[in-house]
Amino acid sequence: MPVYYYIFLAVALFSIGVIGVLTRRNAIIVFMCVELMLNAANLLLVAFSKMHYQLSGATNPHAAGDAQIFVFFIMIVAAAEVSVGLAIIVMMYRNTHSVDVNFLNRLKN
Amino acid sequence: MTNIVQIIWLIPFLPLIGFLINGLGRNFLSKTATGVIGSGVILISFLISVLVFFSVKGGNTEVAHYFNFINTGSLKVGFDFQIDQLSSLFLLIITGVGFLIHVYSTSYMHEEEAKDFAKYFAYLNLFVFSMLLLVMGANYIIMFIGWEGVGLCSYLLIGYWFKNNDYNNAAKKAFIMNRIGDLGFLLAVFWLLNKLGTTDYHQVFALVADTQKSQLTAFDITGITLLLFVGATGKSAQIPLYTWLPDAMAGPTPVSALIHAATMVTAGIYMIARSNILFTMAPTTQGVIAVIGLATAVLAATIALKQNDIKKVLAYSTVSQLGYMFLGLGVGAYTGAVFHVMTHAFFKALLFLGAGSVIHAMGGEQDMRNMGGLKKYMSITHITFLLGCLAIAGMPPFSGFFSKDEILAGAFAKNPVLWVVGVLTAFMTAFYMFRLYAMTFSGKFRGTHDQEHHLHESPAAITFPLIILAILAVIGGWIGIPEVFMHGGHRLEAFLEPIFAQSNVIAEKHELPHSTEYILMAISVAGALLTLLYAWNKFSKYEKSEEVETGFGKVLANKWYVDELYDSIIVRPLRSLAAFFNNVVEKNIIDGFVNGVGKAVNYGSRQIRLLQSGQVGTYVLLMVFGMLVLFIIQLFL
Repeated sequence: MPVYYYIFLAVALFSIGVIGVLTRRNAIIVFMCVELMLNAANLLLVAFSKMHYQLSGATNPHAAGDAQIFVFFIMIVAAAEVSVGLAIIVMMYRNTHSVDVNFLNRLKN
Repeated sequence: MTNIVQIIWLIPFLPLIGFLINGLGRNFLSKTATGVIGSGVILISFLISVLVFFSVKGGNTEVAHYFNFINTGSLKVGFDFQIDQLSSLFLLIITGVGFLIHVYSTSYMHEEEAKDFAKYFAYLNLFVFSMLLLVMGANYIIMFIGWEGVGLCSYLLIGYWFKNNDYNNAAKKAFIMNRIGDLGFLLAVFWLLNKLGTTDYHQVFALVADTQKSQLTAFDITGITLLLFVGATGKSAQIPLYTWLPDAMAGPTPVSALIHAATMVTAGIYMIARSNILFTMAPTTQGVIAVIGLATAVLAATIALKQNDIKKVLAYSTVSQLGYMFLGLGVGAYTGAVFHVMTHAFFKALLFLGAGSVIHAMGGEQDMRNMGGLKKYMSITHITFLLGCLAIAGMPPFSGFFSKDEILAGAFAKNPVLWVVGVLTAFMTAFYMFRLYAMTFSGKFRGTHDQEHHLHESPAAITFPLIILAILAVIGGWIGIPEVFMHGGHRLEAFLEPIFAQSNVIAEKHELPHSTEYILMAISVAGALLTLLYAWNKFSKYEKSEEVETGFGKVLANKWYVDELYDSIIVRPLRSLAAFFNNVVEKNIIDGFVNGVGKAVNYGSRQIRLLQSGQVGTYVLLMVFGMLVLFIIQLFL
């Protein structure tokens, strides 16, 4: 499969994420959209890694694993981030009885 | 006395020590101790100066090197003292007259508190130190140190009674006017350094005389000498910078006698006589000096005709006599100018000290209209003062006659017009001095009853210097008897010959026929005699009247309105310029800028703060915009 299929998919995912973050007020959905953007980036990393391996695989057989491993790191960090983020959302709900991010404006000006 | 040069450094060093002891010990030294230290150091300096004088008279001139004052690159300025005929003569005048005035001061200033008394003597010693540095330095830099030092001491002593604000203003005026002149001096020194790379007298004069080698153009020499002369006009109170000297009378009278009559104001004459070769090479400058000197002499003499303050008359008389000296320098009669410095130091110090004695007896009164008839009460002051008046009026055989005559003869040889104006000034001198004398000493006493009761002859510490100075004022001229009276009578000229030798080679000799000289002398003496008799007649029966001066007399009494003129063309424009800068430039532009920066930051931050809306969506939108911008920069630029 040509690499730009992956690129289109990643761009589409990323754009959906951005638009979601920009338009939605529900903190959980905003959070999911952020994850979407993160995974779009992961997808690109994996795709480019595969592409580069095909180009230079003959000379350096170990090159294939580098980016894949990097993606795992990102996923682990994202998982940790999700736990923290969800905790924040829980705390937010406890305080405001809502998950609407527009209520979080007490620090304005 | 071959080793006398080894101790010449003591001459200025001793007054410096005196200054330090009196200055630092002012809180615990008694008045007697202060007076003894202050006068004693000057006496020792004087004795050494006498030894130096005789050593020099035996043909022993020398430059003593102590250490390098400035040593950078190719420029080396040594801290050197030069002892020769000219400086040894000035040493005698400064330390001799200085000593007498110190003695006089011990009595005159006795009513001051011990602390102030010591302060006074400290300043006076510092002044003598600076003045000695000025005349002993072997290059222009050392001279400049002394030059500035005497200016400072003059300021300190004029403002000695600093609680009176008028006196402070007089002191500031003297200092600022001197500074204007000093700038000219300094520029001349820089010019010399630039062209010749040295300020040592020996090297400079040798190079100047040899223009081929030194590459000095006529323009350079004229420029340097004019700038030096600007320095001299400041220090020696010539037009246009003379107005500080009459105001300087705010200081104690002995200070006026020492600084503003006998020594400091002659620094300009010393400097020009020292650099005579430079000035001889610049005929333009000489012409300027002669004209300015004569103009100052006339202007000051006319003002003196109408002054009523005893010290003001003497002050204008000093300015006038200094003008005479500059006339002498301008016409190339260097010996005459130096001679007049010497005789003037004697009789003007005498007159000032006599005036001080009168003021002392009158309890601080300085207005001559309230004096009169003092000869009954103060016989020594009266007689010495009369001798001083005769000397300054140019009566033979008193000292002023010889020196003034020499300058006038020089002026006649140069240009008879100069002589005519000079002689008229001499008549005016005779007139105002005898007006002063008659108003003060003859007639009836016109002061208050209290003052009359208090009148007394001054104590010995005051009369002793008066007597010595009176003797000098009488016989001081006899060392310069002109050729027409006695062959080889002009011993001063023979003594100073080596100093002016270089100039004498270049300058054309003016020998007046003896008959002409007799006629000139006869005219000046007869005229002066007539005017002094006229003045005596007119003022010996002076009665106080409420008559207000009118017409020309009012102009003279108001000093030709020169102070007012300076006030309106210099002081006030400067003040309004300063006010303009203060009100417009400072308040609007500079303050506006400084405050504007603060206000702009304040306003800007208030506006930017609004971006922080608290809307998460807005933040994210801005972030996305930022990313887009980065993308665009990355991809297309």
